[in-house]
Amino acid sequence: MAKQPPFRFPHLDGGFFVFVQREENEMAMKRRDFMKGAAAVGAASVVGTPHLWFKNAGLAYAGQGEIKVGVLFSLTGTTGIIEESLNKATILAIEEINDAGGINGMRIVPVVEDPASDPATFAAKARKLVLGDKCVSVFGSYTSASRKAVLPVFEKRNNLYWYPTLYEGRECSKNVIYTGAVPNQQQDEFIPWLVKNFGKKFYLIGSNYIYPKEENNYCKKLLEKLGAEVVNEEYVPLGHSEFSSVINKIKSTQPNVIFSTVVGDSVVALHRQYRAAGLDPEKMPMASLTTSENEVAAMGGDAAAGHFTSAPYFMVHKSPENERFVEAYKARWGADKVTHFVSEPSYFQVYLFKQAVEKLAPSDITPPNIREAVKGEEMTAPQGRVRIERENLHTWLWPKIAVAKSDGQFEVLQDSKEWVQPVPYAAYPDQVCRESGLEKV
Amino acid sequence: MDFLLENIITGLSIGSILLLIALGLAIIYGTMGVINMAHGEFVMLGAYATWAMNAFLGVGFLASLIVVFLGVACLGYLVERGVIRFLYRRPLDTILATWGVGVMLQQIVRLIAGGELRYVEMPPALSGTVSVLGITVSGYRVFVFLFVLALFAATWYLMYRTAFGTKLRAVVQNREIASCFGINSSRIYSLTFAYGAGLAGLAGALVAPLKSVSPEMGTTYVVDAFFVVVLGGVQSIFGTVASAFVLGEATGMLAFLWNDTIAKALVLLGIMILIRFRPQGLFTSKARR
Repeated sequence: MAKQPPFRFPHLDGGFFVFVQREENEMAMKRRDFMKGAAAVGAASVVGTPHLWFKNAGLAYAGQGEIKVGVLFSLTGTTGIIEESLNKATILAIEEINDAGGINGMRIVPVVEDPASDPATFAAKARKLVLGDKCVSVFGSYTSASRKAVLPVFEKRNNLYWYPTLYEGRECSKNVIYTGAVPNQQQDEFIPWLVKNFGKKFYLIGSNYIYPKEENNYCKKLLEKLGAEVVNEEYVPLGHSEFSSVINKIKSTQPNVIFSTVVGDSVVALHRQYRAAGLDPEKMPMASLTTSENEVAAMGGDAAAGHFTSAPYFMVHKSPENERFVEAYKARWGADKVTHFVSEPSYFQVYLFKQAVEKLAPSDITPPNIREAVKGEEMTAPQGRVRIERENLHTWLWPKIAVAKSDGQFEVLQDSKEWVQPVPYAAYPDQVCRESGLEKV
Repeated sequence: MDFLLENIITGLSIGSILLLIALGLAIIYGTMGVINMAHGEFVMLGAYATWAMNAFLGVGFLASLIVVFLGVACLGYLVERGVIRFLYRRPLDTILATWGVGVMLQQIVRLIAGGELRYVEMPPALSGTVSVLGITVSGYRVFVFLFVLALFAATWYLMYRTAFGTKLRAVVQNREIASCFGINSSRIYSLTFAYGAGLAGLAGALVAPLKSVSPEMGTTYVVDAFFVVVLGGVQSIFGTVASAFVLGEATGMLAFLWNDTIAKALVLLGIMILIRFRPQGLFTSKARR
C-alpha cells in the first residue's frame, strides 16, 4: 500500500535525499549552462555584473507597495488538519498587520500553496514560491521531513524559511528561522521537576523515528546527571495502536515516570489502554513533549487527566497577549477552534518578520537583509517575551509544565522563571551552532 | 510464572482483536475469492458510525453496535451489487476496484467528519479492571474477547447449521453446479459480502474505545487482517481463529521480550518463510482452486 501511516508530529521518512539530490543536479546543470553562455559572450564582461541583479531582485521583492511572502502549510493529506491550523494562525497575523497599516505602509501579500503533506511537493512548491513568485520569506512546514525537503531550495537561493514547530534540534541552517522549541528548552526544567516529584526510575517510550530518539538522547544525559535510572527505552512503529505488551513491561519494571515521545494516533491508544489496564497517573504518570490540546480531545479527558506535558505554550496560559490571540483566532476562524503550541509560534513569527522588515529601506528588503535584521529581535508573544538568538537563529522561549485535566484543558503548574536559551546541539557537547556555521569544539 | 500468565492473557487479547478484524475478510476472501482492499475502510466506517451516533444522537455504545452492523452491511451489499459482481471473473480488477472504493470512503469521511482524531467513549461499566487467575486485566479487553468468541460461534452456526450456509458452501465448491440446483448464487454472494462488511463495521466499533478513530485508521488494520487470513489459510474459518491467536501470542511475547518494532518485523519474516513452504496457509489441507 502506498498510503502513508497516519500520524501527526515532527517526523521524517524516506525520500528527501532524492530531492536534495535533484535540486543539486538541477543547480549544477544551471551552473554549467551559465558557464557555457559566459564563455561564449566573454567571461570578463559577465563577472562584473552580478550586483546589478541583486539590486533588481531587491526592487522585485518589495514592488508596488507590496511584500510577497509564501505560506506553505499542507491543507490536504496526512498532516492536513494540524497544518491547516498553522496556516490559519499565519494568515490571521498577516491580516492583523495589514489592517494596522502594513509594514512601513507596504501590504504583506501571502501566496498560499498546498503541498499536500508530501515532501516532494513541498520542495516543488518552495521552488515556485522562491523563484516564480519571488517571495522574500516563506512561512511553512510542520514535519521535519518537509523541512528537510525544502532546505536545499532556501540554502541555494539564500532565501528565508520560518519554521514554527518544536523539533529535535541538531540543525544549523542560516536560511531557517526556528521559532519552536528544541530539546533543551522543553526538558531542562521538566526532567528535574519529574525526578523531584515522582522519583528516579524512568521508562522511555517513543515512536520509531528521529524525533523521539533525539529527545531521548538528551533526556538520558539529564537523567545521568541527576543520578536517575532508565529502566527501559523502546520505540514502537509509527501508527502503532496495540500497547498491551508495553503496558505489561511497564507493570513489571514499575517506573516512577513514563517519558513518552509517542506521536499522533499512538498517543491516544497508549493513554486509553494505560487507563483501561488500571494504571494510576498519581503513582506512575506519563510525561510528554507532544501531547497537546488536540490529542487530549481525541483520547477523552478521563484518559488524559493527571498526565504531564512540557511546552512553551498552552491555550489556558494567562497573559493579555494570549487572551487577545485566542479571541482574535476564534473571531476569525470559529468559536470552536483551539490554539496550541505550534499555532502560537506560527502567529508570532509573522510579527517578528514585520519587526525585521520595518528596519529596512524598501530597496534593501532581501532575504539575507531580513535575516540580519531579525537577529536579536524581541517581542512579547502570547507565551511571553521571545527573542531570536543571534548565533543560531532559534528562539528564546518560556517553557511551562502543565497537567491535563478531565475537562480536556491543561492547568499550568509552573512557568519558567526566565526565558530559556535555545541550544540546538545540547545533546552533542562537542558541536556548537554559531553565526558562521556549525563548529567543532 | 506470573509474567508468563500475564503475557499469555495479553496474547489472547491481541489475538481476539486480530480475529475480530480478520473474520469478515476471511469470509469474503475465503468464500468468494475477492481480495477486499476496502475492508479497512469498512472497519473505519464502523468506528465513525459509533462516534457519530454517540456524539450527535446520544445512542449508547452497546445499542449502537447493532445499528453499525446493519448499516455497514447495507453499504457492503451496495458495493457488491454496484461494483464487485461485475468483476468475479477478473480477480486482479477487484483488487483495484475495492482499493478505489476504499480511497473514496476515506476521503468522503475526511470531507464530512474532518481529519482530526475522534473520541468514542468506553462504556463506564466496562472501563474498570477485572482479575483473571490473579492477573489484573482491562474489563473492556475481556468484553472484546468474549464478544469475539460469540461472534465466531454465530458465524460458524450461520455457515454450517443453516440453509444459507449450506447454499453458500455449495456455491463455493462449484458455482455452476450449485446454480443448476436452483441456488441463486449471486444473491448468496451479495449477502455474504454484506455479512463480511458488517463484521468489519462491528470490529471498528469495538476497537474505537481502545484505540483512536481517524480516516486513515483502516490502512493498518487491513494489513493485519491479511496476515491472519494468509497464515490461517483461506476457506477455513477455524484456520483464521488459530492463526489470529498464534499471531497474537507471538506478537505479545516478542514485544515483551524485545519491543513492538522487532516483534512486527519477526512476525512478518515468519509469515514470509511459512508462505514460501506452505502457500496454502497453516491450517488447510487443500490448496485454493
